[in-house]
Amino acid sequence: MIVPNLHQITLEAPAVAKEVLPGQFVILRADEDGERTPLSVCDWDREIGTITIMFLNIGSTTNRLAHLQEGTYIPTVVGPLGNATETDHYGTVLCVAGCYGIGSIFPIARALKEKGNRLITVLEARSSYLLYWLERFEHISDEVIHITRDGTSGLRGHVGCLQDYLKTLHKPVDRAIINGCTFLMKTGSETTRPFQIKTIVSLNPIMIDGTGMCGVCRVRVGSATKFACVDGPDFDGHDVDWEELLQRRKTYMNEEVVPFRTSRCESHAYKSRG
Amino acid sequence: MPKQPPRIRSHNFYEVALGYQADIAVEEAARCIQCPKPKCVDNCPVEIDIPGFLKCIAERRFDKGIRILKEKNCLPAICGRVCPQEEQCEMTCVLSKKGGQIAIGRLERFLADWEAQQNQLKLPKVKKKTGKKVAVIGGGPAGLTVAGDLIQLGYDVTILEALHKMGGVLTYGIPEFRLPKAIVSREVDYLKKLGVELVTDFVVGKTRTIDSLLDEFDAIFVGTGAGLPWFMDIPGENLNGVYSANEYLTRMNLMKGYLFPEFDTPIKNHKKVAVIGGGNVAMDCARTALRLGAETRIIYRRSRDELPARLEEIENAEEEGVIFEFLTLPLKYIGDRNGWVREIECLRMELGEPDSSGRRRPVAVEGSEFRFEVDAAVCAIGNSPNPLILSTTPGLEAGKKGNIVADETTGRTARDKIWAGGDVVTGAATVILAMGAGRQAAKSIHEYLTSS
Repeated sequence: MIVPNLHQITLEAPAVAKEVLPGQFVILRADEDGERTPLSVCDWDREIGTITIMFLNIGSTTNRLAHLQEGTYIPTVVGPLGNATETDHYGTVLCVAGCYGIGSIFPIARALKEKGNRLITVLEARSSYLLYWLERFEHISDEVIHITRDGTSGLRGHVGCLQDYLKTLHKPVDRAIINGCTFLMKTGSETTRPFQIKTIVSLNPIMIDGTGMCGVCRVRVGSATKFACVDGPDFDGHDVDWEELLQRRKTYMNEEVVPFRTSRCESHAYKSRG
Repeated sequence: MPKQPPRIRSHNFYEVALGYQADIAVEEAARCIQCPKPKCVDNCPVEIDIPGFLKCIAERRFDKGIRILKEKNCLPAICGRVCPQEEQCEMTCVLSKKGGQIAIGRLERFLADWEAQQNQLKLPKVKKKTGKKVAVIGGGPAGLTVAGDLIQLGYDVTILEALHKMGGVLTYGIPEFRLPKAIVSREVDYLKKLGVELVTDFVVGKTRTIDSLLDEFDAIFVGTGAGLPWFMDIPGENLNGVYSANEYLTRMNLMKGYLFPEFDTPIKNHKKVAVIGGGNVAMDCARTALRLGAETRIIYRRSRDELPARLEEIENAEEEGVIFEFLTLPLKYIGDRNGWVREIECLRMELGEPDSSGRRRPVAVEGSEFRFEVDAAVCAIGNSPNPLILSTTPGLEAGKKGNIVADETTGRTARDKIWAGGDVVTGAATVILAMGAGRQAAKSIHEYLTSS
């Protein structure tokens, strides 16, 4: 656990490490009877053949992943899936991230810097103790801004604070990338809209196969329905139907969240794992 | 065919058809009049010597029978269960005129199951290693067949499968009660014993491209199937509770959702399910929803005679209590304020003139809109090939339906060293056609690799 409830794991996955690009994800299974869970790849080492992922412990699968011991094998790591984030020379780029998004946006920010962009990084969290990888971002960014709900670091409030900051800029931002929870991406997109900044978000719908087979990850973007796993996960934040995405993400709330909150002594006693 | 009684089987996922006892099988096989020009063979996509194996059963030479069967069909336990025999061999049986066609499919299944019970797996002699390597993309019926044929000819064969289990539709699509997964495992295991390298969690086109694989392999077979789901594009389709058949079946079959919470992938406890479509996939979805306690309806725009599903499955569905709403077309889904589907609005249809498929075209009945309550809907109207291979392999020719164009007899594609077969070429079809295409491609690959 690197900050409360956020875990970082490095996995040996040479095939994935060789090909992965910023913005792509993998699908994991922690156990044979487990779910298939999509997680963004936050870093990698192509020579050694490892990938690094970041996740919140908020359900049964992430809970199992959080308890893995070093040296353990997990049955599935498949990828790299999804389209890589488009990285080119745009001018000035705003990278906005919160939660696990701070991890997933790092390789994107790094690539954008390598393409010669002026990089402004905005890291958002509830409180300063939830911010991480600060040195990494300081090292590559031209400017780093913190936003915390309680004001313990940087601006006080949520991503909407950026509105005032953006008004003060002489040269406009050419592109914004937002990685993090749905609320952050939605609010962030609303914030950049009046400034007409092209805003790319990395959507996080429910997924199963991740290869375009089942359609559970379908999202409404503009007038079309797209599959986040193969058409995305990046989309234009100003075109996304956020209400629909938020609704669809709640589909299994009763089945997933409620049992997780109970002690389940009986099922732990009798559940077979073989 | 002995079956679990409908009232019992509609509450479990055990196999519905229980299989013949040996005496019944012998009696049935003995009815075959051994036509000198067997019409059944003509109508079999892989030309199995049907009278041949029937004679063996009648003479209680089961071991000889299975050998004859396996000469042409390498997955008899599966085909015996899922082939639409009523449209193939059994349809042209000369005894069918009097409604007495031989139950060829059930006898095929009998032999396959008998062999498995003997527990004396005889591995065929594998030819000397040629040193040449073939990559098979996709672990479904076509891919498994190609692998099985080529490994025996001495090639090094690797199957690269995107999902975490081999089998393709055999695993994720067809439910346990129609095709027990233990049977699929058995066939996959058999290949492993023969020396085929099985690699799962490998998405060709993402993990590696075909061109990258060609640096390592001498030939590639693409059997990636038709896994791209079709939606109707009607209002409300993104409401919670509306699934593609692929999602519904993958959750249930591959991820064992029907055993939730023993297995982690969650499913909802739906009470009124509408399945749109009339094919095998629709029947599978409906019969699964029924087993999970829902009042289930099939919504089909034509009538019973036009249902494309396998006849036995239609009958099974009817017996189990699936409600059939024929001549009905969904127009839209209506949801509640939390984004859950609550009703479906449909239109009544009537049959007009035949369309290009030869089936009578459904024509809307004006003003016949009506609604009924649902808490889930499964869209099972068809699939087309996943575009990943085409989009990552330059030079392959694409057909109009997103399929890979390949030669009908050899499976060769527009690219050298790349073959394709099964649903990825034809669009969604049957296991036996995929298997037949696999056999032909394997033969063509063998010819190519021995001459080069």
